Amino acid sequence: MAKPDLVYVTYIRTTPEKLWAALTTPEFTRQYWGGSANVSSWEKGASWQHTGEDGTVHHVGVVEEVIPLQRLVLSWHNPSETEDISRVTFELVQMDEVVQLNVIHGDFIENSVMADGVSKGWPIVIASMKSYLETGTPLLTIWQHSACHAGCGDKEAAA
Amino acid sequence: MDTDEDIVFKALADASRRDLLDRLREKSGLTLGELCEAHDMSRQAVTKHLALLEAAHLVVAVKRGREKLHYLNPLPINDVYMRWVGKFEQSRVQALHNLKQALKEKDNGKA
Repeated sequence: MAKPDLVYVTYIRTTPEKLWAALTTPEFTRQYWGGSANVSSWEKGASWQHTGEDGTVHHVGVVEEVIPLQRLVLSWHNPSETEDISRVTFELVQMDEVVQLNVIHGDFIENSVMADGVSKGWPIVIASMKSYLETGTPLLTIWQHSACHAGCGDKEAAA
Repeated sequence: MDTDEDIVFKALADASRRDLLDRLREKSGLTLGELCEAHDMSRQAVTKHLALLEAAHLVVAVKRGREKLHYLNPLPINDVYMRWVGKFEQSRVQALHNLKQALKEKDNGKA
């Protein structure tokens, strides 16, 4: 594995079951990810996509590794992109009363537009998820989310 | 007892530790040796500062083989931002959104 580039660690007062559902259930992702949903069968080798409320597909990839409630590894790129492909790993570690969530986004190509965009997007998406799981209120609005996609070189969202 | 937030602010209340965060923002995944290179501090001092930054979750160490690579974890600072700035930002952003909607509706009305 190449050196990871972006590493985010947060501690969320929730259960691994709820956190896993928050990452993999469309209805759940939509609540805190600015209306966008993660859709897949979440089986190894299956495709996955991150789709906006209007049906626009923002990110796609393949499920490379899946250990339910513990670990999910996805390849990650914009639908039209064939070179700027990276990899996202979610790790869930149950502690006493909290679950540690590690989000590692790496294996970027040199001068990746995606790397620049997601380094602005991940902190707010993760904070929004934490807030939603702990208080029921997300932080990320749909409007902020489209700005977030524009940063990832997503031309449709930027238009 | 210090809350998580106290630990974050205490960790940030030192110029050497902020320098270390700057270094990791420029280039992620540095080893202890690489972090020591650019500083006048002793290895022990850097180790001590890193331990405080790690306790505040501002720095995350990832083991890779025999090496320990250090990363800036911006989430605790993002929490501070969301608490005092994010809310105001949101209303400004919301105002722009409303303006855009209003203009769109006006346009549609003309057509």
